[in-house]
Amino acid sequence: MLRYLTARFASLAVSLIVASLVIFLALEVVPGDPASFMLGLEASPETVANLRHELGLDAPAVTRYFSWMAGLAAGDFGISYTYRVPVVELILDRIWVSLPLALYALALSTLIALPVGILAATHRGGIADITVMGATQFGIAVPNFWFGMLLVALFALTLRLFSAGGFPGWSDPAAALKALTLPAIALALPQASILSRVMRSSLLDTLDEDYIRTARAKGLNRRQVLWRHAVRNALIPVLTILGLQFSFLISGAIIIENVFYLPGMGRLIFQSIAARDLIVVKNASLLLVMTITVVTFLVDIAYAAVDPRLRKR
Amino acid sequence: MTQTFRATLLAGALALAAGMAAAKSDVTIGFQLEPPNLDPTASAAAAIDSIVYANIFQGLTRFDSNGGVIPSLAESWDISEDGKVYTFHLKSGVTYSDGTEFEATDVVHSITRAKAPDSTNPRKSIFEVIDKVEAVDPLTVRITLKRPKGGFLFDMARGDAVIIAPESAATNVTNPVGTGPYRLEDWVKGDKVVLVARDDFWGEKPAITRATFRFISDPTAAFAAMMSGDLDYFPAFPAPENLPQFEADPRFRVTVGTTEGETILSTNNKMPPLDDVRVREAIAHAINRQEVIDGAYYGYGTPIGTHFAPHNPDYVDLTALSNYDPEKSKALLAEAGYPDGFTTTLKLPPPSYARRGGEIIAAQLAKVGIKVEISNLEWAQWLDEVYKQTNYGLSIVSHVEPFDIGIYARKPYYFNYDSPEFDAIYAELDATSDPAKRHELLVKAQEKIARDYVNGFLFQLPLMSVSNAKLQGLWVNAPAPVTDLAAMSWAE
Repeated sequence: MLRYLTARFASLAVSLIVASLVIFLALEVVPGDPASFMLGLEASPETVANLRHELGLDAPAVTRYFSWMAGLAAGDFGISYTYRVPVVELILDRIWVSLPLALYALALSTLIALPVGILAATHRGGIADITVMGATQFGIAVPNFWFGMLLVALFALTLRLFSAGGFPGWSDPAAALKALTLPAIALALPQASILSRVMRSSLLDTLDEDYIRTARAKGLNRRQVLWRHAVRNALIPVLTILGLQFSFLISGAIIIENVFYLPGMGRLIFQSIAARDLIVVKNASLLLVMTITVVTFLVDIAYAAVDPRLRKR
Repeated sequence: MTQTFRATLLAGALALAAGMAAAKSDVTIGFQLEPPNLDPTASAAAAIDSIVYANIFQGLTRFDSNGGVIPSLAESWDISEDGKVYTFHLKSGVTYSDGTEFEATDVVHSITRAKAPDSTNPRKSIFEVIDKVEAVDPLTVRITLKRPKGGFLFDMARGDAVIIAPESAATNVTNPVGTGPYRLEDWVKGDKVVLVARDDFWGEKPAITRATFRFISDPTAAFAAMMSGDLDYFPAFPAPENLPQFEADPRFRVTVGTTEGETILSTNNKMPPLDDVRVREAIAHAINRQEVIDGAYYGYGTPIGTHFAPHNPDYVDLTALSNYDPEKSKALLAEAGYPDGFTTTLKLPPPSYARRGGEIIAAQLAKVGIKVEISNLEWAQWLDEVYKQTNYGLSIVSHVEPFDIGIYARKPYYFNYDSPEFDAIYAELDATSDPAKRHELLVKAQEKIARDYVNGFLFQLPLMSVSNAKLQGLWVNAPAPVTDLAAMSWAE
């Protein structure tokens, strides 16, 4: 177990260092200068040079990389070029939209997908199975931003039950949850579809295993076999997908955040790239990489929890 | 007794209801772009001015809804005979939103700061003409210019020239402190900016006491937010294809006004074969403006024949010089030595007028034999490749700065246009204050660039706004990026 954890942990650290290099180099190559973007068409080259100096953009690349790393080590993410406030502040504000949204969508998709997948697998070839397969096909095919627009058209424009977007802040938790509901549904639909298909096929595979027959032969009834042996073993691929989905939900919500104009991480990165607010882009991207690697790390540990063979290593 | 009680209750309820109806004094406004910060003297972004200009920050002079220049912090002014000394008489009793008093030394400070060698004012050039600025007494400022400058009062009305207090100069980017009727209450980055009316405002109290600016970049989301009633007003509405739906709905009012945005087919005048005026004229005659306007902007937008706003009294209609005439275009190309046309680049920034217009223009140019290679760029890339390095043949962009014909005299500038004749006209214009003489020179300047076919002059960018039908006092035109909250009110 310890060796397993140490190996996982080392790979986490290496991924982060490699990621920081890749992000830094990618942003070095991207054309476009933050200072001239901020000052617009009328600024003189001299004014641009003044601003570049003020933002510390005129230092050599190596110096800038190491001062970035040193800052991170000390917990200093720097000051946003455009907003002129600490990057940490910006990210913390946004994470309180993106993280709850991702968790909300994840909870929705899991709550829908697991029972649906189990239902389909246990009624293989039956009406329930065919319906689930058809519905999930649809759920995967529908682009989530378009589904989001449909939700807005129905619930905000026609029924007027929800507002069309925006986020009121957590001072009123009920209103905040309500504002996240339509986006979470839009995000959850394709995820739930994928997840329920994975659950179904994984469970079907498990149900064919020898140990299931053995368990039945031992005298356990179908239900006991299903819950004690089959579902538990079938969860491993589901967990993998779940881990990947969480990363997607946290970073891939850019379009949904635009459809519902939510001030989340995706939109922050999107806006910052357009405005060449590179210091925000690199820190926010690194933070996402960190989140994703940590989630993968946690998923690996979760494997160990459900699979005793991994625990022994 | 019960009767009376009931009556009282009813009266009370009615009064409450009436009070609530009359109390509608807040407004929610949608914008596509979020400002990077809130200091108009720090960045060029029009989104900054759209929120803070005249609401939080005021200058010596200001723009009115027609683009005219009217008094603001300066009540009146005298101009010396030689046009070089401006004496501004300031309003008395003016305070900043942090309670400090406004006085002449603040004007001296603001201008000195904008002019300083290490200044990062995006339009530092307008202060270059100022020789010295002195506070004569607490309510009088004297500004001496190096040479007479016709547009000086206009320049002082720009957002770049607002007056700020020395104490708050460094923090205005996040916590703007100005002399205007509103102050910043909250800014949720990426979401909204909230302004509230100042309790201690020194002037007339505005009807709107609270304004929320929401940032919605996606056109479909903008449509939904407006339609659902989440927003009261969306100036510069980004989805022209949805306007008929709003027009048909009595809850809304749709207005189509003008802006200062001349949309042009920017041309690199140094890139062969575009350095030949016959080739540029050939391009001009190959373009069918109405087709571009219909395709790029759903038919909204006024054709222009030069780089000047049609609503300006000094505008001359020169569209006939570059009428749609493909035969003439082909003839000109043959005369210039390109009977079979040529190939060049068309680099397009993100706005839809550029991307949609670019496709249409490419098809029109292909008909006379000119092949263009289209590439779509982000703004930051465009600024670098097209604007800074002038590594392009053609581009499409709207020049939204008010009164910006002077860019044709700027060197270096990305058109790479170099005409001593135009420079002479512009220098003379710059030094002239007499309106009749200025008009004559402006006409000459417009004609010069139209006859040199510096760029393809396409259309004036329209301003399409959607608002709640009960919201009054909105500007139909956008002579400058201004959202004049103090002029707004709700109809009973």
